[in-house]
This record gives sequence, C-alpha cells and structure tokens, in this order.
Amino acid sequence: MEKKLFGVTALFNTPDEIIKAAKGVRESGYVKYDVFTPYPIHGMDDAMKLKPSKLGYLTLGFGLTGTFIALFSMWFTMAMDYPMIIGGKPFFALPAFIPVTFELTVLLATLATVIGMLTFFFYFPNNSHPLHDTTFMKAVSHDRYGVCIESIDPKFDITKAKTALSGLGGYDIQEIYYPEKSDIRLFDPKFIVFLIVVAAVTSGAIYFALNKLVYMQPFTWMQHQQKLSAQAETKFFADKFSMRPKVEGTVARGYIPYEFKGLAAPTTEIVNPTFPSEKNLALGKKKFLTFCSPCHGNYGDGDSRLRGQFPNPPSLHSAKVRGWNDGNLYHVLVNGQNVMPSYESQILPEERWAIVNYIRVLQKAKNATLEDIQAVRKEGK
Amino acid sequence: MKIDYSIEAPAIEGRLSIAQIEALIAKPLDSKPDKKFLLALSVSGSALALGAICVLMTFYFGIGLWGNNQPVGWGFDIVNFVFWVGIGHAGTLISAILFLLRQKWRTGIARFAEAMTIFAVMTAGLFPALHTGRPWLDGYLLPYPNQHGLWVNFTSPLLWDVFAVSTYFTVSLVFWYVGLIPDFASLRDRTTSKLKKTIYSIFSLGWRHSHRNWQHYEKAYMLLAGFATPLVLSVHTIVSFDFAVSIMPGWHATIFPPYFVAGAIFSGFAMVVTVLIFVRKIFDLEHIITVNHLEKMNKVILATGMMVGYAYAMEFFIAWYSGNPIEQFVFINRAFGPYYWAYWIMVSCNVLFPQLFWVRKFRRNIPLMFVVSIFVNIGMWFERFVITVTSLHRDFLPSSWGYYTPTLYDIGILIGSFGLFFTLVILFTKALPVVSIAEIKAVADGAQPTHHEEGGSH
Ligand code: HEC
Repeated sequence: MEKKLFGVTALFNTPDEIIKAAKGVRESGYVKYDVFTPYPIHGMDDAMKLKPSKLGYLTLGFGLTGTFIALFSMWFTMAMDYPMIIGGKPFFALPAFIPVTFELTVLLATLATVIGMLTFFFYFPNNSHPLHDTTFMKAVSHDRYGVCIESIDPKFDITKAKTALSGLGGYDIQEIYYPEKSDIRLFDPKFIVFLIVVAAVTSGAIYFALNKLVYMQPFTWMQHQQKLSAQAETKFFADKFSMRPKVEGTVARGYIPYEFKGLAAPTTEIVNPTFPSEKNLALGKKKFLTFCSPCHGNYGDGDSRLRGQFPNPPSLHSAKVRGWNDGNLYHVLVNGQNVMPSYESQILPEERWAIVNYIRVLQKAKNATLEDIQAVRKEGK
Repeated sequence: MKIDYSIEAPAIEGRLSIAQIEALIAKPLDSKPDKKFLLALSVSGSALALGAICVLMTFYFGIGLWGNNQPVGWGFDIVNFVFWVGIGHAGTLISAILFLLRQKWRTGIARFAEAMTIFAVMTAGLFPALHTGRPWLDGYLLPYPNQHGLWVNFTSPLLWDVFAVSTYFTVSLVFWYVGLIPDFASLRDRTTSKLKKTIYSIFSLGWRHSHRNWQHYEKAYMLLAGFATPLVLSVHTIVSFDFAVSIMPGWHATIFPPYFVAGAIFSGFAMVVTVLIFVRKIFDLEHIITVNHLEKMNKVILATGMMVGYAYAMEFFIAWYSGNPIEQFVFINRAFGPYYWAYWIMVSCNVLFPQLFWVRKFRRNIPLMFVVSIFVNIGMWFERFVITVTSLHRDFLPSSWGYYTPTLYDIGILIGSFGLFFTLVILFTKALPVVSIAEIKAVADGAQPTHHEEGGSH
C-alpha cells in the first residue's frame, strides 16, 4: 500500500523564530498549516491572523439554557405540579430560586464550553492523528516550536514547502505520513468473548441490584421498622394480634350501634333516610361490588364467585326480597342472617343505605316492565 | 534583607530552562515511590481506615452513635462539612480569581491548590451525605419524578447547598482537567513506559499543542475562570445561608455570607501553605514555589484573617446595637458561657497569631509560617464549631438547654476526613504533575517573544 502524505514539518528554537515562521508561512499563501508550541505563545493569533474564537457563543447559549431549565423546572415543581405554601412565600418564589438558577447556569455553561471545545472544535479524542508518535511531536511537546504545512493545502507542493520552511530558519524538516490503517475485525473471537462477558456482568449486576440488593439491610428502604404492621403476628399482645379490637364500651366515630341487633327483624319500620341520587347510587354500586358481590354475584343473582366453597346465597331478586321494605334489607346487611355475617363493623350507615338503594336499582332492572323501559327511553331523550 | 516590592518578583527563580522545568516537575512521576512517600501514605491511610471503620459503624447502627442530639442537632458533621468546603475555596481563588487578575505567581501553586479544592470538596461532601442518616437514600435530595409525586423544596438553603456543592465540585474538576490536558500530552511524549503512555494518551485525548487549539483553549480557560470566580463566592455564601436563613439567634445574621467567604479563603490559604511547605521541599520545587509566593499567600492570610476578626467584632456590635436581649445573651454566652474555651481558641488562632505576618521577616520564615498556618487551621475549625454548637446549645427555652460533647465516633470520623484528604493529596503528588507544566513553561525566562525585531507590529 502506498503511504499517504499528511504534511511537512519543521522545528524552530525560539519563540521569536516561530512567530516569524508563522508569519512567513501565512504570507506565502498557505492556509492549511498549523503551529505547534509547548505552551501558548503571545502574539501568535496575530501572526497567524486567526479569527477570534467563537467558543463564547456556545457558553452563552448553554448558560442561558441552564437558566431557563432551572427556572422552568422550579416553576413547574413548586408552582404547578405540587404547590405548597412554604414559609409564607409565594409558590413562585423568585428570590429563593436564584441560587439554584445560578448554579445550573454555571454548570451547563461550563460543561458545554469544555465538551463543546473538545468535540466540535478539536475533534477529540483523537489519538490516531498522523503527528502522534513522531519525533516532531515529541519535540514540540517538550521545548521546541514547530510548523506543519499540510498536504491538503491547495498550494501544497512538497519541495516548495520544504524550501519555504528551511528558508524561514526551520530545521529537522520531515515528511509526515498517515499511519497505515489496521483493519478492525468485528467478529474477532476475542471481541465476541469480551462482549459476552460484558453482557453477563452487566445483566448479572442489574439482576443482583434489583432483585437481591434492595431487599438486603440496609437497602430495604425503611421496610423493616420497629412497629407492628396490621396483619403481622406479634409477641407483644397476649392474643398475638397486631390489630387491636375496640376497647370495651367505646363507639367508633360514625358507627352508631344498631338498635335491632340480634333480632330476626326490626320491630318498627326503619325508614330509608337517603335519596337515591346518582352520586348515592355510584357509592352503593362501589360498596356492593366490594362487599356483597363475592357471594351474591355482581348483579345479585346469587351466582357466587365462591363456587360452592360457601353455602350458595340466595338471589336478591326473589319475590320475598323484592317485597321487603328498605328497612328489612338494611337489617340483614347490618345484622347478618344465618350464615351471612354482619357487615356492621365494615360499612358506614350512609354506605349501607347506598347499597340498599343500589339493590333496589338491580331489582328494578331485572324485573322491568315494558312501561318502565319506555319511560326510561323517554327520559333518555 | 531588602526587598523591592515595586517590581514583580520572577515567577520562577534560578533561570531554569524550559527543559529543566519539565524534568523537575515530571521527576516524581518518573521515579519509584521512596520510603518517605510510603511512610506518609501509611500514616494518612491509617487515619482514613479509622474514619472508614467509624463510618461503617454509623451505617450499621445509625447516627445515634454520634454526640449530636436535642438541642444540639448539628454537631461535628456540619462543622466538618463547613470546614472542608472552606478549605477548598483557596484553590479556586488561586486558580481562577488570581488568573483573572493576571497574577503570574499563581502558576506555581495553582495546580496543587486546585487539586486540594477537589479533594477538600470530596471530603466535605461526605458529611451532609452521612448526616442524613441513611446515605443510600441520598438520591432523594435530587428532584426526580418519583412514585410519591413529591419534589424537593427549592426554597430551602439545604437544597441550594446540594446544587452549589455538586456544581462546585463538577466545575472544579472540569477546570482542573482542562488544565491537565496539555500536561498529559507532554507526559505522553516524554515517558518510555508503554503502560504509562497508554494512560497518558487516553487522558490527553490526543492533544497536539497546536496553536489553533491553544487559541480556543485559552478562551475556554478564561471563560471557566470567569465562571469559577462567582461560583466560589456563591458556594460559601450558600453554605452560610444554611445558618443565616434560619431564625436562630447567633445564626440569623446578614454578615454571614461575606464573613464565611473570607473565612473560607483564610482557612484554605492556610491549608495550602501548610501542604506546600512540604511539597516544595520534598520535590525540590523551591525554584518554582518560591518564598516570594509563600510570602504573598501569607499576606492574603493576614488580610482575610483581619476580615474574619472584623466579623467577630461586628457580630458583637450588632447584638448590642439590635437591642435584642436574646441575641445579646447568645454572644455573651459564646464568649463567657460553657463553650468559652472554644471561642477563645478561635479568636487567638484566627486573629492574634496571623498578626505576626505584619513583619516581613516572619512572613518569609518557613518554620514560623508553618506554625501559624496550623494555628489558623485549628482556629477556623473552631470557628465553625463555635457558630454551630454554641448557638444551638442554649436557645430561647432554658428548660431545653444542653451541652454537646462529641463521641469517639465523631472524633474518629474527623480524623478519617483528614486521612482521606491527605491520602488523596499524597497519591496526587505521585500520580500527576503537581505544577502545571505548560503554564510554568509559559512564564519562564525567554518563553515569550521579545517583540522587538518586528518593529512593533503588534
Ligand atoms: C359471605 C358471603 C355473603 C356475603 C359477602 C353477603 N351475603 Fe348476603 N347472604 C349470604 C347467605 C349465605 C345468605 C342466606 C342466609 C340464609 O340462609 O338465611 C344471604 C342472605 C342475604 C339476604 C337475605 C336473602 C333472603 O332471601 O333471605 C340479603 C338481603 C343479603 N344477603 C344482602 C347482602 C348484602 C347487602 C350484602 C353486602 C353487604 C351481602 N348480603 C353480603 C351470604 C353473603
């Protein structure tokens, strides 16, 4: 393979010489050349006639982006998504947001400047540049100053470039060639093994972290605490229950004791105090589906989901139940009936009546007459 | 001894050539660690190990092992945090502010001071993290969408701290790395070891000392210095807000931000002097880190020490002037209450001893400046102790007054923090050039063009 020329280099000994050389090269009309110095030399920008660096625009742009992101996210979190009054300040408390805004501005501007400079301006990382590992690079890295005229320059001509450089006082004039490319093979067995190892290690680590580590002390996210949890056994109480029964002789809020408790039927008629509004029926439906449907079925047909594990409950659409007044239904719910347990402790009076109203709706729906349907249709229009 | 302060002292003494400078700075990296190095490392490593044990015990048993409890909820953890963040400030001041002020003498010490900043902020960062009690949950400090539907409180100074310290650390690290890139390139082209060459190549990113790069590089360095300057001021200001935004007498003071910043620079410079005295001796860098540089730092110590002294006086004045009896009580209690000893250690170390630096002889006397810088470090640690603990231990309600005593774990973690800091510093001296090679070359004699022969074309 024929070697490809990158450029011609020359070394110089003093800063004055390199300034002169840079000027000379520029004045002979070269544009694709560069000067190499172990540290920045004052006056070189001028000698090379470089345009001022545009890096500042990047800094400005990203700095302002940081400002905007900070203010926007603080406005969103503190004033929109979860507004909370803190210290009597307004939700959008600008003075209190200044520190974070400032920090984010600086952070974004700094990172953008550096990352932008390295990638967009320098095309780094680049360790395979033809100049690397040359005696030229070693010299300019150390204490010499160098010039390189690149072969892509429109005016480039190898002999002319060399004479130009030596004419300017340069020594150790060299031709720099592109390094021969070693071809990268994707299916190199070593590479494949490497990939497999990486995959195994990462997936193993993720599995361990998510499935094991988070359940280990102390990463259990405060799961284990020295308190009794509702369903757990405890040694603290004689009956081993963590949940405590009501203290004798007390009444829980909202649960007024039922006056016909234990009787077969209420001795005086209990009047339904609620009006079956849409809201009330929605509550009734919700509670019916929660508490009653497992045995009585979703529509009260007695088609239990328990499938014979429990004596099948009767349908709520029997003539008997339809004939009952609301008070009777309420009584069964609160008091229980034979094998059906009492729901007194779980359902509030308001909700009990809502269930009764909802059962009435179910009954009406299952046994509707033609007139009922017509009436509903009319209302619907 | 006569010194003419009207001429700028040379940044490098002894007319070293550029090649000599590079060889001198790269020497510790090219040679094998010697006995002294290993001895120093084992001392700091033991301190670090002690701290690590105390920290692990704290993880396991919880922060109940520490001495802080009602009414003193902030103890050594916060004292150490403020102390170490403060130490970090000198580095940024030297590398950024003095850069903007075109102080050539900073070149010799900037790299080292920046490294100290990074290590000090790393050390500092541990304390708030530990102080939360469950450091593995510290992710909650960041605002991220979570299952609780909650956000962090952006109006809290403690959260500002999270942003300020993490930004400060990131920016310092980036600034430091940018400064290192050309040095990595020089080291890459200098070393003969293949492994070292690979490592240096990776970190140099392929830097070629090209002037087309230098141009942007210098611009970027300027911009970063420009950012780091307000940033460093903001960091300790925000740290002081942790106190000043509360309504505790003794904390609720508008003087806190400048007072804290001055204190930070004061303690940071003292720490830099302490460490540099050894570094210049051990690595034969006396020509690069000259007595003139140390003297300049001592002047800064003198100036900032007096600012701190002024703040101490002003706190008392304002307590009296405000006419607030509780405020007055807090300050009298500070100086004459149960913690009087801490207060007077602070005043004597921070205000009295630095006064020696008025005398030129003392400013240039290495053993003496070492002693004073150690005193200043002690004094500044006690300053944070005094602010934090004495304000808390007797507040509005006499029935809940108390006396804070640290436990052995507190002390162990404090020692461990020094261990961590010095271990990092010691490893740094052997792993990276302690002086910026490129920058120091640029200020050497004859390193810049003379500009005469061209007939004033610039
Ligand atoms: C654990 C299953 C179960 C649940 C849950 C249940 N029931 Fe019952 N229910 C029964 C059984 C079984 C009977 C028949 C009792 C008997 O033999 O008299 C019954 C009977 C009734 C009756 C009387 C029917 C009749 O023909 O005598 C009514 C009314 C009733 N339940 C209403 C409800 C309401 C309202 C709920 C919801 C709060 C409910 N039930 C929840 C099992 C249940």
